[in-house]
Amino acid sequence: MSEKVLMKGNEAIAEAAIVAGCRHYFGYPITPQTEIAAYMAKKMPKIGGTFLQAESEIAAINMVYGVSSAGLRVMTSSSSPGVSLKGEGLSYLAGADLPALIVNVQRGGPGLGGIQPSQSDYFQATRGGGHGDYHMIVLAPSSVQEMAELTVKGFELADQYRMTAMILADGTMGQMMEPVALDDLKVAPMPAKPWATTGTGMKRPHNIVNSLFLKPEELEKTNFERYERYAKIQATEARAEEYRMEDAEIAVAAFGIAARVSKNAVDEARKMGIKAGLIRPITLWPFPNEVFRKAAGHVKAMISVELSMGQMIEDVRLASECRVPVTLCNRAGGMIPTPEQVLEAIVAAAKGGC
Amino acid sequence: MKTTQFLFSGFGGQGILFAGKFLAYKGLIEGKQVSWLPSYGPEMRGGTASCSVIVSDEAVGSPIVSKPDVLIAMNLPSLDRFEGAVAPGGIIFADSTLIERKVTRTDVKAIYVPATKLASDNGFPTLANMILLGKILSELGEFNDAGVEAALAKVISAKHADMKEINLKALRLGAGQ
Repeated sequence: MSEKVLMKGNEAIAEAAIVAGCRHYFGYPITPQTEIAAYMAKKMPKIGGTFLQAESEIAAINMVYGVSSAGLRVMTSSSSPGVSLKGEGLSYLAGADLPALIVNVQRGGPGLGGIQPSQSDYFQATRGGGHGDYHMIVLAPSSVQEMAELTVKGFELADQYRMTAMILADGTMGQMMEPVALDDLKVAPMPAKPWATTGTGMKRPHNIVNSLFLKPEELEKTNFERYERYAKIQATEARAEEYRMEDAEIAVAAFGIAARVSKNAVDEARKMGIKAGLIRPITLWPFPNEVFRKAAGHVKAMISVELSMGQMIEDVRLASECRVPVTLCNRAGGMIPTPEQVLEAIVAAAKGGC
Repeated sequence: MKTTQFLFSGFGGQGILFAGKFLAYKGLIEGKQVSWLPSYGPEMRGGTASCSVIVSDEAVGSPIVSKPDVLIAMNLPSLDRFEGAVAPGGIIFADSTLIERKVTRTDVKAIYVPATKLASDNGFPTLANMILLGKILSELGEFNDAGVEAALAKVISAKHADMKEINLKALRLGAGQ
């Protein structure tokens, strides 16, 4: 086993991106994700990569579009207000079927909001973030080790399916330090990218990367083709961790930092004799519908624990097909639910007081 | 199974985050599960800084310490703010150079170390944090030369290697209080 080091979640993302072969980073500072940019600024020049602090988030995402068009692994990172600015670029990347990794270390909103942790960009992330019919693969790490592992996974999935992948973290995950073993990261070889604009060498026709289709028939065709790919992703890539779910009567649904808090509450509930369990979606899109559908067959109630006014709860209800009551246990605006608050919700649900 | 939750708090610049990182690394080296979470609000810039450290025999759930087993208060605002949060039976370590009042809780143990004065009397005025840490480790029965030196090697970068000896001195001074 390799040596573990203490790293901030933000630093683990940056280092894992380098391990994954990313040599091009474009960003703009914003709390609480600035350590990613700082790490890249230090490391990229030493390994022949590019670090560029763009003039804005919009510029950064369009630089990502450019590098991705050339077939290279590229990323940008920001926090909530900055990701909103990138929305246009995210849609263009989707329209041009370009792979890239986007990191959102969320903070409280809306507006300029605050700088404390939040999960209130769930809708934005899982529904695409910009205009038009499209999705991003959305990965939700719950430990610093996962910040690293899912960064690698994000690059791989993005390349495999020719689409953007997003790491949806929050201020806590970005700022906290935990032991991480980077030597254990496995990176699959990058697939060939015959569509990339790498120069024809006078041997092949021009590759054109574009998201403009003025003929509606053609544009419709790209949409249908894209959604065929999405269907395959939904069928094969959804992931969740189930904790003490085998005999659970109350299922807590939570991702990221909320899952960490909820795990404590589930353990406390078990000590009190309440059969509680935790379903932790690791992919938020595709949402692990099957896990929830299965759980709805044996639990009495579900609780969605979120750092938002209740966003994932809609997917929990859809996935469980409204067969059991689903309640919300939440804090917002940069506040974090305590294990005690989650435990209270579990106790209330166990009593049937939903 | 044992889990100890630490909350370090003081002014920005007192080495609160560094002390927490040292403790987390010491736990990691000794095979424990650890987490370290700083406050990163605007209060860091000149106001109070705090950080949560958890050292456990099993996987750490929430990294947020809201009921510390051990509170390290390096200034009065920190003691005022967090004294009530300490778990019953917990320990409060206070820098008595900077905190004139006593701990009012009777269900926790209070340990006073004039860390800031000791630090300046001994020629390392910036190391009050490490003096307190030394005391904490000895009080918890966790002070051992190998662990302390290995953790120092992790938190002090090669560039500042000359600081290692003086940090060790401060830790030992604290442990002897």
